[in-house]
Amino acid sequence: MLDGRSQIRRKIGLRLWLSGGWLLILVLAAVFAPLLSPHGPLEQDLFLGRMPPFWVAGAEPGYYLGTDSLGRDVLTRIIYGARVALIVALVAGSITALVGSTLGLLAGYLRGWVDVVISRLIDIWMAFPPVLFSILLIAVLGPGLVSIIIAIVVIDWTRFARVVRAEAMAQGAMDYPASAQIAGRTRISTMIVEILPNVLPTIVVLLTLEMGIAVIVEAILSFVNLSISTDDPTWGGMISEGRTSIHQAWWIMVFPLITLFLTVLSFSQFGEGLKDRFDPVLR
Amino acid sequence: MADLYQVENLRLSFPDLTRKPLLGAAPRTEILKDLSFTIPRGEILGIVGGSGSGKSTLGRVLVRLLEPSAGTVHFDGRDITHLAEAELRPLRRRFQMIFQDPMSSLNPRHRIGRLIAAPLRLHGADDPEKGALEALDQVGLPRSFASRYPHELSGGQRQRVGIARAIALRPDFILADEIVSGLDVSSQAQVLALLERLVAELGLTLAFISHDLSVIRRLCTRILVLHRGEIVENAVTAELYANPRAAYTRELLDVIPLPDPDQPWI
Repeated sequence: MLDGRSQIRRKIGLRLWLSGGWLLILVLAAVFAPLLSPHGPLEQDLFLGRMPPFWVAGAEPGYYLGTDSLGRDVLTRIIYGARVALIVALVAGSITALVGSTLGLLAGYLRGWVDVVISRLIDIWMAFPPVLFSILLIAVLGPGLVSIIIAIVVIDWTRFARVVRAEAMAQGAMDYPASAQIAGRTRISTMIVEILPNVLPTIVVLLTLEMGIAVIVEAILSFVNLSISTDDPTWGGMISEGRTSIHQAWWIMVFPLITLFLTVLSFSQFGEGLKDRFDPVLR
Repeated sequence: MADLYQVENLRLSFPDLTRKPLLGAAPRTEILKDLSFTIPRGEILGIVGGSGSGKSTLGRVLVRLLEPSAGTVHFDGRDITHLAEAELRPLRRRFQMIFQDPMSSLNPRHRIGRLIAAPLRLHGADDPEKGALEALDQVGLPRSFASRYPHELSGGQRQRVGIARAIALRPDFILADEIVSGLDVSSQAQVLALLERLVAELGLTLAFISHDLSVIRRLCTRILVLHRGEIVENAVTAELYANPRAAYTRELLDVIPLPDPDQPWI
């Protein structure tokens, strides 16, 4: 009676290690920022403006990734910038996932008028240009961390709602929800106990994508100066500042850009890796 | 009350969205057209018909996964035609269903033990886990399977799990919808033998839907032949094979591959 199907064990892929490793470094850096940073995030020294990173001739010892035009340490500001980026990623990503998935699940499983209402809402919502919509929202709400999070949730819930709705529909067409009904389960209980666990891998992948997107949105809003106050270090703000002196001091812009790139990439790869690793169903 | 099911003038239609005009309601397509029959207690009723004949739809009406458009369905003297889900739920423990494709009807994320215990738990049984293990014994699967996932089982084993889940509640009636059509011949024979044994042991009434007349013949006491949503024949098995009255039944009998074409069916 026994066969090999239950014996299969999958390895944790390189993808999961690399992306997870980078995200772990980022989380640790954000949490222990005051201990790790060689300087203060707002500490200026106008005599040490635009110092190059450590391997370039003329670098100032102790400023590993150089300084910006006000003499602030680039590495320190990247580390402190990770705090804003990660808070936005986690909080905005999670709330967006919660709101969007709930609506998508209800629409996709219950169908009928619930689906009609939610689907039309999604259609209308997606007709707004997202960047303009977010800038408008921030303008109304006023800059600040909470406003950024609200803006991301308000704009991006449709991403979850659409995908989860389609997935819930596909799952609802299988026989196991009918089988649950035969077994005596109520509709809402079927949705939560039977359908949701099967949609969860999709939600996890979307969530990690969304975290990456949240980091980008935060950077975009910082870039146009609509994020938190201009003094506080954010990657987008640094990129925006570095842009003006790219020919004299490339490192001011390039290092935050690389950090941003790696972070967004890691989030999406982490989600894919998690799905491969923890999906009990071999597809 | 000798009849477990009494079905009278049953009709079912769905709106046909492919022919829906831009404004206004879609025209309705009749799937079941005025069906009347009874299922006596202890009978094994075979429901046969080609694809699109409405046999699965009829089955789903019997276990009230679908609500009829017209007519009545009585289960053990009680009118269940339009019962709301909440009123239906206590009755559900008495009529269960085995699905065609266990890969689709068993939640891939639940372990076998949990899958079989679910109906017991939902109907407030004392010890659902114990009941699930006993059901595994009854269908001839090792108890260690309780901690496995459906995808770790073979097709025949999965269908046994489907059967275990249906009998766990000790129902009066089971609907088996094409339960062996996805299995290879040797698994088919095993699953059918198991079902036959359980029906006798537990005193079940069974409705067995199939398009395979040779399977039906072995198992069923009475046969209902459906064609395009209508009953074309309703006869005791031996009689139907010996003396098929409807033209459609004769067509169905003619396409059964026989090991020896010269040997008659009876």
